Amino acid sequence: MKEISVGVKMADKIKIPRQPMPEQDPLIRRKNFDEVPLGYDAETAQKEARRCIQCKKPGCVSGCPVEVNIPLFIQQIAEGDFLGAAHTIKETNSLPAICGRVCPQEDQCEKFCILGKKGDPVAIGRLERFAADYERAQGSVEIPPTLPATGKKIAVIGSGPSGLTIAGDLVKLGYDVTIFEALHKPGGVLIYGIPEFRLPKAIVEAEVEYLKKLGVKIELNSVIGRLKTIDDLFSEGYAAVYIAVGAGAPVFMNIPGENLLGIYSANEYLTRSNLMKAYLFPDYDTPIVTGKNVAVIGGGNVAMDAVRTALRLGAENAYIVYRRGREEMPARKEEIHHAEEEGVQFHFLTTPISYSGDENGWVKEMTCLRMELGEPDASGRRSPVPIPGSEFTLDVDTVVVAIGTQANPVIPLTTPGLETNKRGYIVTKGENGETSRPGVYAGGDIVTGSATVILAMGAGKRAARAIHEFLSRK
Amino acid sequence: MAKILKKEVISDGIFRMDIEAPEIARRRKAGQFVILRLNEKGERIPLTIVDSNPEEGSITIIFQVVGHTTALLSHLIEGEEILDLQGPLGNPTEIKNYGHAVCIGGGVGVGVVYPITKALKESGNRVTSIIGARSKDLLILEKEMAAISDRLIVTTDDGSYGFRGFVSQALAELLEKGEKIDCVFAIGPVPMMKAVSECTRPYGIKTYVSLNAIMVDGTGMCGACRVSVGEQTKFTCVDGPEFDGHEVDFDLLMKRLRMYCEQERVSYERNQCRCQNG
Ligand SMILES: Cc1cc2nc3c(=O)[nH]c(=O)nc-3n(C[C@H](O)[C@H](O)[C@H](O)COP(=O)(O)OP(=O)(O)OC[C@H]3O[C@@H](n4cnc5c(N)ncnc54)[C@H](O)[C@@H]3O)c2cc1C
Ligand code: SF4
Ligand code: FES
Repeated sequence: MKEISVGVKMADKIKIPRQPMPEQDPLIRRKNFDEVPLGYDAETAQKEARRCIQCKKPGCVSGCPVEVNIPLFIQQIAEGDFLGAAHTIKETNSLPAICGRVCPQEDQCEKFCILGKKGDPVAIGRLERFAADYERAQGSVEIPPTLPATGKKIAVIGSGPSGLTIAGDLVKLGYDVTIFEALHKPGGVLIYGIPEFRLPKAIVEAEVEYLKKLGVKIELNSVIGRLKTIDDLFSEGYAAVYIAVGAGAPVFMNIPGENLLGIYSANEYLTRSNLMKAYLFPDYDTPIVTGKNVAVIGGGNVAMDAVRTALRLGAENAYIVYRRGREEMPARKEEIHHAEEEGVQFHFLTTPISYSGDENGWVKEMTCLRMELGEPDASGRRSPVPIPGSEFTLDVDTVVVAIGTQANPVIPLTTPGLETNKRGYIVTKGENGETSRPGVYAGGDIVTGSATVILAMGAGKRAARAIHEFLSRK
Repeated sequence: MAKILKKEVISDGIFRMDIEAPEIARRRKAGQFVILRLNEKGERIPLTIVDSNPEEGSITIIFQVVGHTTALLSHLIEGEEILDLQGPLGNPTEIKNYGHAVCIGGGVGVGVVYPITKALKESGNRVTSIIGARSKDLLILEKEMAAISDRLIVTTDDGSYGFRGFVSQALAELLEKGEKIDCVFAIGPVPMMKAVSECTRPYGIKTYVSLNAIMVDGTGMCGACRVSVGEQTKFTCVDGPEFDGHEVDFDLLMKRLRMYCEQERVSYERNQCRCQNG
């Protein structure tokens, strides 16, 4: 083992504990929309970085969907070369300030960190965030050289992480890239879904500005399929199209009373709050129902974001109602932990079966059933089975349904020959996003179903390479 | 950004605007709508595309001042711009030769039924139009509707002009006289659409209504616009806006439209104060 990282011996390294993340106090933050984790300072970051033992065959890298050179950037932080660290990450991950905040590191890089075998893994995500924030604070975000213009136009549909990533990669290769976005603001879920207290919108806006500086054009308010079709894009001279429209259609449970007033899909609740800034009503014009007793149905990141939003909007009781147990919740551990600290109440092994309302149609009560876990289902998780006769009621005035999303059919319906599977997701051949239509590629949630930011980005990267090859051959 | 090319007051509190939107103008079909947002803090509201002029690259909207955003919009003048204009959204009306079509518009809903009427007339239907308002001075598009209809019936609630009563009563008279009607398009306030649908139900006449649900994105992403049609939940923005009037749960729609009554009042009053001070 060579002696690296500014002369800390191996034995001493292991003694350094994982550095905690400074955070806003739970009792204060549950009343504001400011970011919860405050970020490492330089000293803490270097201390944490020194814990890394610079493995020859680093597990962390193999756990990273875009294979960031993790040991190298950590070493650069340890040595105080913070900008160098940011550049190392950006070689393979174009959105580190975002990934450092929202990636499920406990299932990825940190899961495979050797230090995790005996103790706590290196806080890779926090270090990634530190390096990216440092670079941004310096105002020294580097504009990389782009290759000479190829003269070929590429259309990217959707400006979520997948679309932003491919746009950045292709513009650097000399393509003339235009992103078409349905909404009035670019960023996809990063803008309309994930709340400010977890991902400040200024960070997403900075990434978009960076892409614009590279030469990416963004056409907002452009619903492809309605304003123009993919075939129209080809006739306008686009040489290839990348579909990255996400899996944005909300799923409801179709139980009695679900259309009562005060019952939202998570998409609507979060869009009102994040994209439309309803939490600043009436300074902003979009209203939102700010209930006292709010139940959020579901156990994923979306449910955690919704329930924590409800607290911040003034809920006295904010419940998570989830049909499986704590262990089965798909949300990131950190989000569950934060929600608990903020006072969210959890009803595990519980599912709503109906809602009842008052004379004006407002929801006032939810009837639930208790569940127990049965045999593992196709996803390997034990499926919940209702316990007969276990009905009970919960007083609620707002409900947010966060049980998942599905594919929006607008693009498939208006693109003849585009193959989709039975759930409406676009079928791609192999890993590079090629669809059944020549020159049309797809990636992100519209191919995989709801997944993660980093997987959507990874799909964008691979498709960028594939499109470049396809157009170079032509 | 979309520039306001022309603005006109067509009745008390009802405005018509031509807005620069070349791509939408080329693409849009009868029955579709746009969603607009006026400024950084603004909300997104849907408005029907009443007409378009592809050569000039413009679309026409008609709106009534009913709340904060429509009030702000009514204060914009020619040459000023709308920050965001998204469209065309929603499914186009199914236009074909039905035979004898009756097009009914109530209040500002006449603006919405106008493009449908025009398209039905152009595809060979015999068109009877019934348009109504509370009183004569609130009536809109009488000349325009007369020009594209084989017959025009005008109603006012107070009897100040034309037939005294509701549009649904005028329709009921036609039906009672035994007139053969092949389909009905009815657009206006929810109680009016409900009344018209009840009128035609016993006769089994296909009746289309265009719903004005509350919307956010307009692309099927949020479910704010959900309505119950034939006991099934539908999203107005992507499954509609037109539905079979005999299947729609109008009572639920009316309740859902009141979801933000309280907040809308707060916004509107703030806006009025702002205007008075400024
Ligand atoms: C509330 C919430 C919290 C989440 N938290 C996390 C997390 O902590 N960590 C994590 O890794 N992942 C998280 N995810 C999942 C992650 O955000 C998604 O997997 C990822 O954003 C998918 O990226 P995408 O680019 O495929 O699509 P999206 O981000 O969904 O973007 C698609 C874009 O396409 C636009 N669009 C749709 N249709 C059209 C059309 N016809 N024409 C033009 N544009 C169109 C949409 O408006 C949208 O802007 C979360 C998701 C949600 C909803
Ligand atoms: S696995 Fe952990 S200790 Fe090894 S290089 Fe990666 S971060 Fe460092
Ligand atoms: S307005 Fe959001 S789904 Fe219709």
